[in-house]
Amino acid sequence: MSKYLLRRLLISIPVLAGISLILFTILAMAPGDPFEELATNPNVPAEVRMSLRAKFGLDDPIGVRYVRWFGSMLRGDWGFSFSSRVNVDTLILQRLPTTLLVLGSAQLLGVLVALPIGTMSAVRPYSVFDQIATTLAFIGFSLPTFFTGLLFILFFSIYLDWLPFIYRADISATGWRFYWEHVRQAIMPVAVLGLFQGAALTRFVRSAVLDVIRLDYINTARAKGLSEQVTIAKHAVRNALIPVVTLMALQIPTIFTGAVITEQIFRVPGIGSLLISAILANDTPVIMAITFVFSCLVVTLNLAADLLYGWLDPRISYR
Amino acid sequence: MARALPSERLATDVRVPARRTSPSLWSEAFRRFRKHRLAAFGALVLLSMVVAVLAGPLVYRVPIDEIDFKAKLRGPSAAHPLGTDDLGQDVLARMLYGGRISLAVGIAAMLIAITIGVAVGATAGHFAGIVDHTLMRITDLFICLPQLPLLLLIVYLFREVLKKALGPEAGVFVLIVAVIGGLRWMPVARLVRAQFLSLREQQFVEAARGLGAPPFRQVIRHILPNAMGPVIVAGTIDVAAAIIAESSLSFLGLGFPPDIPTWGRILFDAKDNLDFAPHWAIFPGTAIFLTVLSINYIGDGLRDALDPRKVLSH
Repeated sequence: MSKYLLRRLLISIPVLAGISLILFTILAMAPGDPFEELATNPNVPAEVRMSLRAKFGLDDPIGVRYVRWFGSMLRGDWGFSFSSRVNVDTLILQRLPTTLLVLGSAQLLGVLVALPIGTMSAVRPYSVFDQIATTLAFIGFSLPTFFTGLLFILFFSIYLDWLPFIYRADISATGWRFYWEHVRQAIMPVAVLGLFQGAALTRFVRSAVLDVIRLDYINTARAKGLSEQVTIAKHAVRNALIPVVTLMALQIPTIFTGAVITEQIFRVPGIGSLLISAILANDTPVIMAITFVFSCLVVTLNLAADLLYGWLDPRISYR
Repeated sequence: MARALPSERLATDVRVPARRTSPSLWSEAFRRFRKHRLAAFGALVLLSMVVAVLAGPLVYRVPIDEIDFKAKLRGPSAAHPLGTDDLGQDVLARMLYGGRISLAVGIAAMLIAITIGVAVGATAGHFAGIVDHTLMRITDLFICLPQLPLLLLIVYLFREVLKKALGPEAGVFVLIVAVIGGLRWMPVARLVRAQFLSLREQQFVEAARGLGAPPFRQVIRHILPNAMGPVIVAGTIDVAAAIIAESSLSFLGLGFPPDIPTWGRILFDAKDNLDFAPHWAIFPGTAIFLTVLSINYIGDGLRDALDPRKVLSH
């Protein structure tokens, strides 16, 4: 297992380097000069501009600049935010836990919805339950998160007035009320993201369980006298999860798409909404750092999926 | 989707060979497609949407930018079937106009994704070895990219240049289409490569090779046409994904400018007036939802229709 883990870790380094190379190329190809402002300012003589360029190494060959940039990204030296006047890493570390909390709960909700429904659908294919579940799943992943978010706000906040539609980091209550307020304001963003993920997952689970459930070893398990529940849960679902985990890993980049949008709709103070405000404020260091953080999260989660895969399918560890 | 009774299934099985006097692969696929009721219905809905956005502005001649503050934020009425926005502009007219852009972005981005995907997949599958290995590592790398953040980054960095070069409308269109297409080709590349690997060992390709067909002809005439089934399915789903991507971008206020009211852009403008003008958000949102749902069902139907090995069970 540890050898497998090590190999996976080593594979993710070139992936990360590759992603950073793509990011850097985009930035390097982009027009505009960080010293443009100085160029138009008549008080700054051209020699000063030139020496500044030389000092920051802007005239160096692109390879050198990439290595320097990637090095400082790895060291956590992400620069200085133009608009909020703090270091980018402080800014992102403030926001990251909220994003991870909302994303994690949403993913959990998705799995909790998809596993039982997908399995029950597959156990009785083409039954009334299956048809309703399949149709709802289809509708669920055809509804874009920005529209579901607005519908939720319209229904739960405006029409019923049950839930707040703005996520606040500074809740003044204490004790149980504090936690309750936090849960209450997280319900809608988590539900929007989680149900979207759950809808796609339900289809994966259904088809994976359907593939497994007709195999001979399931009949063997039944013939041994195992109860139907044990047969399905321990024998069928566990094996069906192997392809599901692969598909989930492929879905990881799309989770972040949903995260950015949901954070923006409900004004969740995470890195997704930070990204949007940074773009609106032309805050390039923050934009680059957040895109890099998202890429790192994708790579880390892929690694986690690989580990889960190794646990679900013991044959893999020894390869 | 109802489970067919055994006798029914038998009846179709008996009927099929009699009809197969001239079985073309495509007419057979079309027959299978029509059997998938929801897919057929989806095709109908999508077709009527396309007709509406193409012919609608010719029939419904209300200007999209006629400002009328006396009639602002009104619900649906006879004068404005889908209501008005905060400037008193007609929502229906704007949706019909913006729908053209939304659908065009979807189709154009899909074509780009498919072209890159087929090219990369075919090259990898045909040459194998080091070329294959390199291309597939690049594909894996692109799969790891977080799509929306990157999309936002590229649009942010390059929007002004393209606006200057091609004008505001065409510039943003080209940029958005190119970036969405350029970030969605990976599944197609994988599919095509897998198809190539299995197809080039098949006997009919061997026969073509034996008859002296040059490699290029083998690929174009023999392998590629047989690899197209899954590509068509993936392409269909890509149209939906591209429409969502464009809408997301516009919804975040970073896509098309306000004078080009794509459905996502209308939603962006409408979202701050949800409490007193819900119609303004609900109609464009429903349009996006219906389009995406129809396309997804069509993709589902095509998947069933284009897989000749699959036996029709319903």
